[in-house]
Amino acid sequence: MDDATQTGRNDLRASGVGIPMSEVKAWFIREVLPLETMLMHFLRQNWRDANEVADLRQEVYVRIYEAAQKEIPEAAKPFVFAIARNLLVDRVRRERIIPIDTVTDLDALNIASTEAGPDRIVMGRDALRRLRAALAGLPQELREIVILRKIEGLSRQQIAARLGVTERTVSRRIAESARALADTFYSDAVENGRKP
Amino acid sequence: MSQLGISPAAGIESSAAQWLERRDHESWSASDETEFDAWLNESPAHAVAYWRLEGIWSTADRLAVLRVPELENVTPMPRRRWWPLAIGMAAGFAVIAALGVAAAHYILQPHERSYATDVGGRESVTFADGSVIELNTNTVLRARMTSSERTIWLDRGEAYFQVHHDGAHPFVVFANGHRITDLGTKFRIRRDAAHLEVALLEGRVRFDAAAGKSSLLMPGDVAIANGGAVSIAREPAEELAEELSWRRGVLVFKHRTLADVAAEFNRYNQKKIVLADVSVGGLKIYGTFRTVDVDLFARVTQHALGLNVDNEGNEIVISR
Repeated sequence: MDDATQTGRNDLRASGVGIPMSEVKAWFIREVLPLETMLMHFLRQNWRDANEVADLRQEVYVRIYEAAQKEIPEAAKPFVFAIARNLLVDRVRRERIIPIDTVTDLDALNIASTEAGPDRIVMGRDALRRLRAALAGLPQELREIVILRKIEGLSRQQIAARLGVTERTVSRRIAESARALADTFYSDAVENGRKP
Repeated sequence: MSQLGISPAAGIESSAAQWLERRDHESWSASDETEFDAWLNESPAHAVAYWRLEGIWSTADRLAVLRVPELENVTPMPRRRWWPLAIGMAAGFAVIAALGVAAAHYILQPHERSYATDVGGRESVTFADGSVIELNTNTVLRARMTSSERTIWLDRGEAYFQVHHDGAHPFVVFANGHRITDLGTKFRIRRDAAHLEVALLEGRVRFDAAAGKSSLLMPGDVAIANGGAVSIAREPAEELAEELSWRRGVLVFKHRTLADVAAEFNRYNQKKIVLADVSVGGLKIYGTFRTVDVDLFARVTQHALGLNVDNEGNEIVISR
């Protein structure tokens, strides 16, 4: 596990060999993203600056990506949380201002246990229900964009006409709604009720 | 580590979202693809941020199953196009000036759609404001949902409404000449030619009778209009829920008369139950049945009540 997390960024493109990008990507979307609710919960619990949590998540993902290029781990969950834990420990060491007890109860959380667990259900049969819940949680102007684009299947031009806005606005809102949907679907998972 | 309010992750995510949007666009070209690949390979942070958004955006394609095909043939209104909105108001007025008043009416007519189900059918429609309407068997409704107006006409049948409340834009349903205005709500409306029933499950609804009298319905209230006469009854939550069992494709009966039950089944099936003998109509039925499985119901009736059941293809005749 430590091998995985200590991969330097510099080796990344030099390596050239290893797991094909498409495979890493498919694995990442299938196995890692469904753990985001738990990961965010873990990061929020263990990092005192909430403003940095999104950056930490990003960095965890980068480390996961780099490690997975060499070898895709058998069980995603312990792998993801070992990386998250190591990242926090590295941060604590580097930014000396933060007292060591910022990283609380990492082991007590027992998050890195090997059980594959029921997390995989996330993308399965109830994806549609969760999608609808995520959709319902979006602000009105983003929700209508997703509905018109994904449910009604309208083009940008048609959406612009329907809403009486410019195509540029539609484009901007599509980009915003993808971000908002990712946050509600992966990070909040309001309806999920899962705890680490 | 945050500077000037934007975190590094947020900056990358924003770029990733813009790429996602561009790739989703009809005009995406090979040179765009090259440019995109370069960006993606620039940093692992770019790749993971992009995958995350792409993951949800392609998952969201599943939402397409919620789409309800527009059934233009059932609408009594001519099909309206809404393209003129694209022109924008200024241009719109110019066109109006050129075409005259009749054209102005046509151009500014808000978009109106019709939705319908056949006998035995059931559909769910999700609107852009987040409201959901579920249509029961043999139902026709029209919807005019715009940024300034939310109006539904229930022309036939029964529907269940889950309204996304917006105080500035009331959600109004017209049925049998009566007006039902949502005040943040889940409710069911069923009508036939002379009879209207509005049952409120959650929130508040204002019921404006055709005759002019208004009532405020509370959860558990059922407003019943027979022609001009309106009465309000209260029903236990359990009963309200049972009356919505069609949403799951079943009918739940607790001590209902066979006459009632037959009438219910006949709403959902082309094959009709006929009670040949008036006296059987008063027998009590208790059970849960699939709305479309009238044959099963007939068999159960035959065995449980010891009645004669003649299955004649398009009719099921029940007698002693």
